Amino acid sequence: MKKRVFRLLGTELPAILVLIFALFPFLWMVLSSLRPNAEMDSAPIALLPNVLTLAHYIELLRRTSFLQNLRDSLIVATGAVTLGLLLALPAAYAFSRFRFRGRQALRIQFLVINMFPVVMLILPLFVLFRQLHLLDTYFALIAGHATFTLPFAVWLLTSYVDGIPPDLDQAAMIDGATRLQILRLIILPLAMPGVIAVAIYLFIASWNEYLFALMLAGRNVRTVTVALQMFIGENQIQWGLLMAGGTLVALPAVILFLFAQRRLVGGLTGGAVKG
Amino acid sequence: MRREALAPWLFLAPALAATGLLVLLPVLQSVWMSFHHVVLFEPQHQPFVGLANYVASLQDPVFWSSLWNSILWVVSAVSLQFLLGLGTALLLNRSFAWRGIARALIVVPWALPSVIIGLIWTWMLDFNLGVLNDLGMRFGLLAHPVPWLAQPNTAFAAVVLALIWQGFPFFAVTLLAGLQAIPAELYEAASIDGASPLHKFIHVTLPGLASVISTSLLLRMIWVANSLDLILVMTNGGPGTATQTLPLHAFLTAWSGGDYGQGSALAVILTLLLLGVVVLRVWRAREEFA
Repeated sequence: MKKRVFRLLGTELPAILVLIFALFPFLWMVLSSLRPNAEMDSAPIALLPNVLTLAHYIELLRRTSFLQNLRDSLIVATGAVTLGLLLALPAAYAFSRFRFRGRQALRIQFLVINMFPVVMLILPLFVLFRQLHLLDTYFALIAGHATFTLPFAVWLLTSYVDGIPPDLDQAAMIDGATRLQILRLIILPLAMPGVIAVAIYLFIASWNEYLFALMLAGRNVRTVTVALQMFIGENQIQWGLLMAGGTLVALPAVILFLFAQRRLVGGLTGGAVKG
Repeated sequence: MRREALAPWLFLAPALAATGLLVLLPVLQSVWMSFHHVVLFEPQHQPFVGLANYVASLQDPVFWSSLWNSILWVVSAVSLQFLLGLGTALLLNRSFAWRGIARALIVVPWALPSVIIGLIWTWMLDFNLGVLNDLGMRFGLLAHPVPWLAQPNTAFAAVVLALIWQGFPFFAVTLLAGLQAIPAELYEAASIDGASPLHKFIHVTLPGLASVISTSLLLRMIWVANSLDLILVMTNGGPGTATQTLPLHAFLTAWSGGDYGQGSALAVILTLLLLGVVVLRVWRAREEFA
């Protein structure tokens, strides 16, 4: 009995407090998106709403360009996943299966890339894409997102490919398979759980990204993060509308993250924990 | 044989080409621009100006206030994220019935886009309608509503709070993974020796976590030092320049001011500062192992 009380006060109560801190802002957004305007235009706002409504969602999808923005985000994120995997998987295969001069230096170089401030890259990229007439296209954002997430993708995938026994490669080579065939027919299927985790990471990173999306596009191709930020700039902030948009953008990211959490965290800490 | 030597480079080629074109080339271009007069409205006139952009940057009082804000921002946000994350990890490492659910849900803030986090907190901190003013008054913590984002001091604290919320799950989750990797025998041995919980924490837990702690702190520090979207959404650096950090200062100089040369110089300074910290860290780590 005494032990149970101790566990309740010493563990479960603080855990509940931390969880409230972690979830309250998110839940407040969802709740705000479901409140009628009448309940939100004067203080104090009741903690629990009297009525729930989907009016904000309907208005958001009917009256604004948000559906188009969701489509743009989806196209960019899907493109970034595809291009990211096409770049990262062969690189991971090379790092895992070959021993060559400069291998270690290159692996470190890929991590150093993460250190460059986005502000340092964004201006020259803006100038570059403008000269190539690629500004405000899907391609500009897809290429930007895929490249910027490359270091982590390569790092994670290398550890997954490392987990596949090289004997399988050898056996396939004796049977006359080329390296590309091995990558496609042996490595890819066996590394699939890792590939899916990396794909989810790439998707969320691109879906959530703001600065590239603002600078390299924003007019013809406008992703949801840029669109939401632009709603704020308008004179009268419509919080119900904003929170509905926020909820629609947040849900896919949260659901995908919960789904891939264990694998991603394992990959993130793998090196550090083992060492 | 020669084909085998070439093979890894063929597999690496696409990734190297993309990084070269979209990361290394822009970095070099940034450095080039930082030594030239590059202004949006004069694209034909870009003379070499030596260190003029750097000198102008260092003479600008906003640079120094932004640098100070950046240091304050990184130190306060990262240390508080870390402490809260460590506490959370220790809690979630104990056994209780709904631990699995708690471990899953704790990551929610981490999964959200910075823009949405900025929106949520701006809404919660709203002067008239914000829930935090409302709750503060109900519980008697505030005598009157506070215009959080309109006053320099509270605006800075508010942005840091939002950043802590965004980042503490990262520490909670990575440190939890580190805790689970510490062998249980170490704790048993310490118990046999009669160690108190505090002793166990200092002599078993902390050494066991050391490498995870240093890696995650370094990664997070770089990330926080470079991130500007949360501030951009919540305050745009204001009121005045109260929440303007170095990357935001660089961004606004280039983007709103149209001065690419000086914006690039600021970005280069930021990169050099970060590089200094990283080199120092790696160098010290080497000494420890030697």
